This record gives sequence, C-alpha cells and structure tokens, in this order.
Amino acid sequence: MTLDEIIKELDLTILTSGEELRQITPTHGYVSDLLSCVMTGAGKGSIWVTLQSHVNIVAVAALLELTAIIITEGATPDEATITKANHEGVLILATPKRSFEIVGRLWEFGLRAAN
Amino acid sequence: MDQNGVPSKKKVNKKSVLIDDRVAEEITRVEELSYEIKIGEVTTHNLISVSPHETMIQVVELFRHKRISGAPVIDDDHLVGIISMEDLIRCLLKSDTNSEVKKYMTSPPTVVKASDPVVEALKVFVNTHFGRLPVLDDEGNLYGILTKGDITMGLLRALQRDYQIEELRRYRASHLFEDIESDRSSLILRYQIKPHDFTNGGAASSNIKRALIRLGAAPMIARRVGIAVYEAEMNLIIHTTNGGVIRVEIEPHRISIDATDDGPGIEDVQQAMKPGYSTATEEIRELGFGAGMGLVNISRCVDNMILESTPGKGSRMRMKIYLNEDSVGEASQSK
Repeated sequence: MTLDEIIKELDLTILTSGEELRQITPTHGYVSDLLSCVMTGAGKGSIWVTLQSHVNIVAVAALLELTAIIITEGATPDEATITKANHEGVLILATPKRSFEIVGRLWEFGLRAAN
Repeated sequence: MDQNGVPSKKKVNKKSVLIDDRVAEEITRVEELSYEIKIGEVTTHNLISVSPHETMIQVVELFRHKRISGAPVIDDDHLVGIISMEDLIRCLLKSDTNSEVKKYMTSPPTVVKASDPVVEALKVFVNTHFGRLPVLDDEGNLYGILTKGDITMGLLRALQRDYQIEELRRYRASHLFEDIESDRSSLILRYQIKPHDFTNGGAASSNIKRALIRLGAAPMIARRVGIAVYEAEMNLIIHTTNGGVIRVEIEPHRISIDATDDGPGIEDVQQAMKPGYSTATEEIRELGFGAGMGLVNISRCVDNMILESTPGKGSRMRMKIYLNEDSVGEASQSK
C-alpha cells in the first residue's frame, strides 16, 4: 500500500511537498514520542506515528531513512520543521485522530513492526 | 504543461506514477537542466540554407540529397524565412514546383536566441507546431537551427555529464585510502556542536553519514555511525554548558568517534549508562528527548565505548566501530 493510498484511507493532511515521496510503499511501522526509542526501534522504510512536531523529528526521520511521519492528535509543526522536512525530503502528514487509532488502522493495512 | 508552456511539476509527476522516487528526482533534474543549459549549446551548426529565389523543385532535390526536412531561407546574409517539408507538400499538391521559395516559406520566422535557456525554446515548441526554430546570436545573425531532437540530445548529454561527475566523485572518495600511500592514513572530520542548538540537531550526524556513504562504507555501518553520532550530538546540545566537539576519524579498518565537552560533567557514569536514567529537564522531555536511552543506543551501535567524566570539568566519550569483520565483536561497553 503506497503512502498516497494510506493518506486517502486515513484522511491525513499533507504538510510537505514532493509528490513522488507519496508513491513509496512503507515497509514497517513504528510509534513513539521518545526520539531515542525511535532511534532504536524504527527500521529503515518505516512510517512513524508520533505526537512530536518540533524540528528534530525531521533529523531523526532523515537519518533513519523513514518513509513518512504522521503527527497525531492535531499537533501542528512550526514553519522551521516544514522547511527542514522539504529540504531533507521527509514527508510529514498530520491528523486530529489519536495515535492508537492511526496505528490500529496501519496494522489493518498489513503494516508490522521491523525486527 | 501550464499556459506558459513550462512543464509543470504536477504533470511530470503524474507521468511518473510507476517510477520510483529516484527516477522522479531525475525528472526534476531535467527540468532544472532546461533552465541551466543555453539554446546555443544544443543547436546544430552546420547550416544548409536556401535562397528565397530558388525554386521549390530545387528544394525537393536539396532535402532529398541532404536528408533534411527543413532549412532556413537566407537573403543577403539575412534570415528571411524557414522552409519545411510541410511547405513542400503544400506546393506539390498544387503542382507548383517551379515557384520560388519565398512564395511558400514561413516568414517572418519565429526565432529564439542562442543565449536564452532551453526552456524558452520548449515554450515555443509547445505553443506552436513548428518542428524547427532558427537560432540567432546576440548580433541577430543566424547561429543555427534547433529541433526538438537537438534538445533531447542536449539534455541527455548533460545528464550523462552529471552522472559521470558523481560517479567520479564516488570513485575518488571510495579509493581515497588506496590512492594515498602512507604507513597509516586516516581522514578526520570535526564538528563544533553548540549548546541548546536544537534547530541544527542532527546536522553533524547526517553529514557524517553522507560522507561515509560516499567513501563506500556499507549502509549498515553508515547507519550505526549515524545513530551513535546523533545521540552524542544531542547529548552535547541538551546537557553541556558550552557545547562540545565531535571528532570522527575514519581509517580503512575502523571508525573512531570522540565527543568531548567542558562541562558540567556526569556525577555518576555507571548510573548514566542505565537504560531509562535521565537528568533531562521537563522542557527537554516534552520535546521527546531525555528517554534515558541515548547512551544505551550508542553502546548498541558501536563495538567499543568508553565514557569518562569529571564533574565540573567535562566529559569525553570515545566510540569505535571496527570495519574488519573479524574484529567486530558484540557491542561492548566499559567504565
């Protein structure tokens, strides 16, 4: 399932540019708001669900080569975060829904945690 | 295309639905190139021209003989029109082949300038049905003739050049250690980390990771170094008084990373190493840091880690990753 399809199904808001980034199919999923845990747990190609919206989430996603960040519960990243994400080619999505619900749906789509 | 004839991003990407992001990147590069490359660079020079007073039957012979499908019409060194296969067909249909060129040529011709970017010519091609455009130099003299094929060839050549340059860079970087002879060669990268500079958090680690990839390191090694340096970098940003320095030494057989600062130092290093232990403030925790996993992550990613600290003086963390498979042991930690 491509990110584009996931965006449609979950009614996610797209906050960054780069249409081609949305054609990618994420391989795994990960959820946490603690960046060090993400460093340990999120495998390459994962889609990451978090409440965090500050600029350092971009550095983490770029370093780990994650496919997208879904910011949940209506948290809105500031301009610096969006600018950096566009620069680094990181896709940021947002939703008012809770992390639990988003993760549940992603699981239904067949996404699993990386080993 | 939009109304100006510029290939718009949307259209290009729509076409690339079946293409992966790497190829999509190249499409954008083609767009970029059409702004960078000048029309003059892709134009064909060896000109075959006709006079407005030649007959159309002479043009038929010329086209057949030279295997071309169009030519500029020159009168007294001045470009006065353009004659193409379509004009010939119109003339043949009327059995009017003894007429002069000037009766059937397109005049005045639509021209482009040699010094303009290729995208200007693309706009004209899109908005008209011309197959070729006369190109003028800055003095208004005929410089050459441009076809869509010339543009395609020009862009392909430029892409090839780009590709070769990147290949060469990678080759040079990955052969760095073989090309330089010494008893012991190493490459040292240094990064100054400022305290509380969250905006640039992760910059050093991503730069180091990129350097390693270019040097030909295995992706897994680059990832391990990236994570270890990221955690060390964030520690300097979060906890230090005056920031610190990250020094990465790359040798053919190992990568050594040193992170040093001048305070405040760690009270109890043993305790700091415990998973979940953190001294981060509430404010820092709200940003998602301070999970107490940073040092644990580092020790997981490197083969050897030594953390020394003197309260009031500062800390020094030394990490090593071995590149020779035999020397890669279980991630270990000491002191």
